[in-house]
Amino acid sequence: MQHALSLIVGLPLVGFLLNGLIGHRLGKRFVSVVGCGLPVLAFLVVVKCLLDLEQGGAPLVETAYTWALIGGRAFEIAFYFDRLTAVMALIVTGVGSLIHIYSIGYMKEDASYARYFAYLNLFLFFMLMLVLGKSLLVLFVGWEGVGLASYLLIGFWFEDPDKARAGKKAFITNRIGDTGFLLGMFVLYQAFGTLDMVTINGAFSSGAAPAVSASLVGILLFIGACGKSAQIPLHVWLPDAMAGPTPVSALIHAATMVTAGVYLVARLSGIYLHAPEASAVVATVGVTTAFFAATVAIAQTDIKKVLAYSTISQLGFMFVALGVGAYGVAIFHLYTHAFFKACLFLAAGSVIHALGGEQDIRKMGGLARRIPITFVTFAVATAAIAGIPPLAGFFSKDEVLWFAFASTRGGSTLLYVAAAGTALLTSFYMFRLLWLTFFGASRMSAETEHHVHESPPSMTGVLIVLAVLSAVSGFLALPHYLEPLLPVPQALPQLEHLETPLVLVSVALSLLGLIGAAFLFGSAHRADPMPHALQGLHRLLSGKYYVDEAYDRLIARPLYWISERVFLRLGDQRILDGSLNGIAALGQRTAGVLGRVQNGSLHLYALFVVVGVIASLAWSWRHG
Amino acid sequence: MLIAVSMALFALGLLGVIVRRNVLIMLMCMELMLNGVSLSLVAFAQQMASVSGAVLVFLIFVVATAEIAIAIPIVLLLVRHKHAMDLDAYADLKG
Repeated sequence: MQHALSLIVGLPLVGFLLNGLIGHRLGKRFVSVVGCGLPVLAFLVVVKCLLDLEQGGAPLVETAYTWALIGGRAFEIAFYFDRLTAVMALIVTGVGSLIHIYSIGYMKEDASYARYFAYLNLFLFFMLMLVLGKSLLVLFVGWEGVGLASYLLIGFWFEDPDKARAGKKAFITNRIGDTGFLLGMFVLYQAFGTLDMVTINGAFSSGAAPAVSASLVGILLFIGACGKSAQIPLHVWLPDAMAGPTPVSALIHAATMVTAGVYLVARLSGIYLHAPEASAVVATVGVTTAFFAATVAIAQTDIKKVLAYSTISQLGFMFVALGVGAYGVAIFHLYTHAFFKACLFLAAGSVIHALGGEQDIRKMGGLARRIPITFVTFAVATAAIAGIPPLAGFFSKDEVLWFAFASTRGGSTLLYVAAAGTALLTSFYMFRLLWLTFFGASRMSAETEHHVHESPPSMTGVLIVLAVLSAVSGFLALPHYLEPLLPVPQALPQLEHLETPLVLVSVALSLLGLIGAAFLFGSAHRADPMPHALQGLHRLLSGKYYVDEAYDRLIARPLYWISERVFLRLGDQRILDGSLNGIAALGQRTAGVLGRVQNGSLHLYALFVVVGVIASLAWSWRHG
Repeated sequence: MLIAVSMALFALGLLGVIVRRNVLIMLMCMELMLNGVSLSLVAFAQQMASVSGAVLVFLIFVVATAEIAIAIPIVLLLVRHKHAMDLDAYADLKG
């Protein structure tokens, strides 16, 4: 089939145009069919392309359009489809389609139903462009596009100023990261004269001394990845992004868009393989983010905020894997994470739906029997993310931990301890969430309790599919499948005998988290006052380490001060307005002086005329 | 000789326009200036042995008559309005 790759990207765009332009006139049925049908079609085309790929062996390449031709260098909108693209595209279209279907039930009552599906399709279009792009330029267009779609969807209910502000925050934080990305692209283009990713990877791996420092490029691109994938210090937008509708949080801020940074680093693994310093930075930032986000997640009380911090933490895990050279493992964790985190978010959406908009877990409890399907799916996904075998998260997380410990490309005991500690915390806060939401006595108001109901089949069906995928997807040996593209690093030989014991350790850690959460939150003593020593810590954690406040003090307020004092009052009001007003005042004053001559006395006028005539005569006499 | 007379007439008229306050006298002084110019035209025409200067003088007479025919009624109306012949009384007519 010709143009299959363009078709994959184009289908959601058609959906966006149809729903965006005429959707609101044609009714919800039309919008649902277009909005969900086209992503499903795109998924089928991806499957078809995957079959072609496996048959042919060579990556599919397709040039859709030549954008610009500058001095013999062509900027093309070209698509590229290899195994890595296939995995990403399957996740994006597969999970994306499921979330579209879920949205039918979730957004049923919303007045802007067509706008919602239009944005969601727009997001898929840009995300597929990002994933399928052959050159960094096309990837960057998709990268910016998903940022735009994310902004539109976070601020979907823009009547609420808080939500509109969250959208702006996400967009601006991403722009900061994009600066690094753009600089990286400039450096690469200057060095190689191309942005084609296969060529760039090849140029670094060819053995010849590369024209540019791999670490510099690696770090610049990683800044971009930090912004998109919410790593410290650019993580602050993701928790606020939960202001959007819950399916959006599941699709964009858990399963797909935020993993774009991971995809970028994996796709450009050729650079990072030759940049040990940049890889060390990636691993350090990853593990720091993973650990701190996990500690914050412990103290959050908003069901979506817990999941948001959990997402940041899991993304940190992926970056740890990338930093130690285990690119395939990072993609493996990305893939399992997409299923269980989407499932968790959608189940949380189902809980919120059942409680009529309540998101505070302190006002939940005892929901297990009231909404059983949601409960079971949520529990499966929780166990998956906590790493209970044999669910998906266990396999991917265990591999991440193993390579963090034993990789010859930067694995270390310290990295392992921090990552393992994070795994313990992950298990703890996830089961805390499970317990507070579904077990124990109900803490809902009577009014809310009366209305609790299980979600419609379009929502629970999706939940069941995702829960099954969260359970079984770990059995697919993805790192092995991707090995021709993304080599798996060697383990240090003297550590190899520890592989099996470490598996047991990670199982023990997740069970420990489960037991700890059950012990603390499962019994009726939960309301006991916290030990005094822990109260300060708890305040610090529930305040999210006051990062937002620190940014406000250190960056936002000085900027505001400079804008107000220097640019507005001094620059704009004094210099610009001042000079203009000064010129006007000068003209006015001169006119005032000269105007006095016109006093109505005809004699004076005549005198002036005579003086003028005599003067000009005299002048012409002298110079004639 | 005639040129000198015409220049004297013109200068006298100009001086009158500048220094006198009475509107009618100013008008008369203006006529004086005009006549000075006409005289010079005739004198030059005679010197050059050309009639066009003399013809132009007739044209000036016609225009001067028309001008005075409008100027005198304006002066009359103004005087009727303010009962003053002094031009400074009308300084408020400026724009």
